[in-house]
Amino acid sequence: MAWDYIVQGFSEALGLITEPYVIEIALRSIKVSGVATIMAVVWSLPLSMLIGLKNFRGKWLVKTFVNGLMGVPTVIWGLILYLLLVPRGPLGALGLLYTEMGISLGQALLITPIIISIVVNSLEAIESEIRELALTLGADEIRASFQVVVESIGGIILAVIAGFNRAIAELGIALMIGGNIYVKGGHYNTRVLTTAIQMYTVRAEISIAIALGIILMGIVLGVNLLSNLIRKWLT
Amino acid sequence: MSFIRVIGLTKRYNSANPPALDNVSLEIEKGEIFCIMGHSGAGKTTLLRILALLEKPDTGEYYFDEAKVNWNDSLRKSVTMVFQIPVMFNTTVFKNIAYGLKIRGYPKDEIKKKVKEVLELVRLPGYEDRKAKYLSGGEKQRVAIARAIVLEPKLLLMDEPTANLDPTNSAIIEEIVKETVKEKETTIIFSTHNLFQAKRLAHRVAHIYKGKIIEVGKTKEIFEHPENELTKRFINGELF
Repeated sequence: MAWDYIVQGFSEALGLITEPYVIEIALRSIKVSGVATIMAVVWSLPLSMLIGLKNFRGKWLVKTFVNGLMGVPTVIWGLILYLLLVPRGPLGALGLLYTEMGISLGQALLITPIIISIVVNSLEAIESEIRELALTLGADEIRASFQVVVESIGGIILAVIAGFNRAIAELGIALMIGGNIYVKGGHYNTRVLTTAIQMYTVRAEISIAIALGIILMGIVLGVNLLSNLIRKWLT
Repeated sequence: MSFIRVIGLTKRYNSANPPALDNVSLEIEKGEIFCIMGHSGAGKTTLLRILALLEKPDTGEYYFDEAKVNWNDSLRKSVTMVFQIPVMFNTTVFKNIAYGLKIRGYPKDEIKKKVKEVLELVRLPGYEDRKAKYLSGGEKQRVAIARAIVLEPKLLLMDEPTANLDPTNSAIIEEIVKETVKEKETTIIFSTHNLFQAKRLAHRVAHIYKGKIIEVGKTKEIFEHPENELTKRFINGELF
């Protein structure tokens, strides 16, 4: 039957989920995308506050540009980064090509416009009324802006989670910058969930591809659940 | 000299539209309850926002307690404003009311005491730990007033504070306004299109029409013997 190999794949996958090799790849994915999210948050939050809380000439253009960046395919980010990071490229001396940090850097760039866009939208949604309320209660401009950020915390958490989920689920950058390297016991492995799923699928090793897919979906859904619980608790 | 004096205030939001405020001059005395009445869009909110330092006029001067206002932060601790639709910080009633007190550096014990007292004044005793955003519209507006009057401002501005409330909540708020002026000598300027409220509360009223103050006077005089034809028609509830 046409469904047999899929059913068989799922039943075998359940046994593979606890395999050390599968767990190692899953943990690497979480680590690489976690670092990417932290990096992106570090530069995206100040930029978001600048865009969301300040009025300046060309603000509309900046927002349009940031929103436009969200549509750039991951393979294009991968290509750009590859050209920059390749040993004879302008940033080749950094030695980031085919490393975990290289993937993290690429994913951080990928999710930057996502984080900025969500945070700016949530700041702008309440900026006027919260800022004015704080000012009428005696706050100065800095304190009023801080209060706007505090009140936007739900949106900021949403942005961080959306960024992490996008990073861990992308393939193009992980494949082109990471190279899907795996040597048992090796120190320079770069294989993550998405690159492994892609590799095992084209090799027709369906069971392990499904097992990795289940883990990836579990991480994404688990992180979403956690973020919703945090947001519910905070708001 | 008057406690609040504005001279020739003009504010235009869009060059294609007529000004929201057109050469407005007013004088208001300390401890006075002053009402700005007029139709929606007449310029009441714009005038209050300028007095609250939330907006700068295009032209004109604003004197507060004999000092010329420069729209910097220094006066912000003397003026508070209650908005038509109450905005709550997404936290407890206690933290909402304590916000301004914390900014002013009050010690914790005193903040606790003041919040308790003001909640009793607005008929919401024991509401400290409730989430502000889940209160009813009337309760939110009373918390907003508590948050403003706990700061004992010299000038309290209220933009149609009872516009969306039921008669019971409106009556409570009117009582609070009267008590605040009596006990704290706060000057109150409020806007309304509710003529009965203006009559009940205000010592003096100004009628604003298309951004211009067309008549100012003692409440009784304005309501019983209006001089301006438009004020007469506004009081009689005629369309114009």
